[in-house]
Amino acid sequence: MNKIYGYFTVFIIILSFLNFNTKDNELKLSRKDVQLVIPKGFPPPHYDFKKNPITIEGFLLGRKLFYDGILSRDSSVSCHTCHQRIAAFAHIDHTLSHGIDAQIGTRNVPALQNLIWRDAFMWDGGINHLEIQAINPITSKIEMDESLGNVLVKLRRSSEYKKMFKSAFKDTLINSERMLKALTQFTGLMIFNNSRYDMYLRGEDSFTSQEKNGLKLFRQKCASCHKEPLFTDNSYRHNGLFVDSNLIDLGRGKITGQKEDNYKFKVPSLRNVEMTYPYMHDGRFRKLYEVVKHYGNPNAHSSLVDEEIKKIGRLSDNEKVDLVAFLLTLTDKKFLYDKRFSDPSFR
Amino acid sequence: MLKLVIFLFITPFVLCSQKTVGNKLVIHFDHKVDSQYLQLDSITYKNNIGQPYTITKFKYYLSNIILKSKDKKKSISHDVFLIDEENTSSKEIILSKIKKGVYDSISFIIGVDSLRNCSGAQSGALDPINAMFWTWNTGYIFLKLEGKSTMSSAPGKIFEYHIGGYKEPTNAIEKVHLALPFPLDFTKDNEQTIKVNVNVAELFRAPMDIDFSKLPSVTDTKNALMISRNYNDMFSIK
Repeated sequence: MNKIYGYFTVFIIILSFLNFNTKDNELKLSRKDVQLVIPKGFPPPHYDFKKNPITIEGFLLGRKLFYDGILSRDSSVSCHTCHQRIAAFAHIDHTLSHGIDAQIGTRNVPALQNLIWRDAFMWDGGINHLEIQAINPITSKIEMDESLGNVLVKLRRSSEYKKMFKSAFKDTLINSERMLKALTQFTGLMIFNNSRYDMYLRGEDSFTSQEKNGLKLFRQKCASCHKEPLFTDNSYRHNGLFVDSNLIDLGRGKITGQKEDNYKFKVPSLRNVEMTYPYMHDGRFRKLYEVVKHYGNPNAHSSLVDEEIKKIGRLSDNEKVDLVAFLLTLTDKKFLYDKRFSDPSFR
Repeated sequence: MLKLVIFLFITPFVLCSQKTVGNKLVIHFDHKVDSQYLQLDSITYKNNIGQPYTITKFKYYLSNIILKSKDKKKSISHDVFLIDEENTSSKEIILSKIKKGVYDSISFIIGVDSLRNCSGAQSGALDPINAMFWTWNTGYIFLKLEGKSTMSSAPGKIFEYHIGGYKEPTNAIEKVHLALPFPLDFTKDNEQTIKVNVNVAELFRAPMDIDFSKLPSVTDTKNALMISRNYNDMFSIK
């Protein structure tokens, strides 16, 4: 009996060490880790970090906020609930977004990446600034259902956050501007440019003949909207999908109030598209092949389809397979395993 | 000894600097419904088509305040003010650092200009925590008027008019230009006060009569634009 007790004590001691090691400040970052580097060939970013200079402390605060349910009414939902690291910060295998009290949203969760090159956010582009973006999910009744004021009350109560805000902003003030700017330091640094496609362009990797053909086809058929190197032209288009009668989502039209914008959605980036299934604004396609099939079949398109999509015409089965092979080269494995973006409560 | 010298040397400067208060303009806002003072919740007013109503909330942004003189001199304030009927101290605003001159008119916008609508996270009057912010279609709510009417077709017999929108063709930023009844002389440092009347009743009339049974709720830019055209004449100076 004594022996068992002894083992138990040792076990507890080991456990407590493990626990100690999982402490938040375990991630050691250098200045270089939080430095903004614009990848070669990328245009100048839309977001200006000069007005929100990234610091190690600010980035770590943003990281903690991103992974913390404190932003939601009952602590059940964090940013990461729907923007999962394993899914390139989209929601893996979820057609529509899920929120507080198991409520279901109306759109598929978009992946977070290269956000500082975006001029507007959400599928409908309703949000005009990266810093402002987070207010929407926090206050949405079906996402986190919390008021900004109450989030701040909770943050001000936490000794850990008090410390983190102070080290990030040099004094003890905790307000919404600082909270949103810290989150932006974290999400704004999610920069993807190390996929096999990028390495191929840099001459660091080679493509199979199928992938090469896929790239060639992509540039002929898709790149006018999914413009390289960000794989979006930040425009809103009607992609020929028939309207889901249970959602009747007006998309861009709801924002502009213009009839001609109805049912248009933002052209999403295709980087990491392998990881971000299911696809389209309502997640109706489960596989990449289905997406390519949709665009390559003019008979399946609604009459409102965008002119650029009309130009694609009919794709042969071989062409579809080659396109998918190319799309798989857009996965950035290095980024997906980048420790900087890991959950601070795990090792 | 050295301390005494320093004291004697510094004292006159300190005294002088205390005297120079600088130019200061206090603007006091009187919220009214036609001839009556606005009282939240308690008084029942009537709109232009005779429907009764009470007001539960009235707040708005004023910004880009400019004093102008006859010789086209300008004194510009870069502050944004959130004026809220519920918060008495917010109904008196102070403009300081007014440029020397004699001013005979004042202009401002009801709301927040487009640059500030696109500038990301801000604090103070523009902190989104003030609940004067649209999250689904980014932009500040320029003016919020809420109340109750037995004629309202909305649940709880409420009406709510949230006015915002800075983009064309639904740009609801209203510019107001008022002539001052007497010139404000700021050629020498001094403090002056003006009183501005704000008539809430204007929101419900001209060019468009508001009918609580037909339009109890406005939270979209199209209808907001229409109501902003109604209220652009709500300010006057006594």
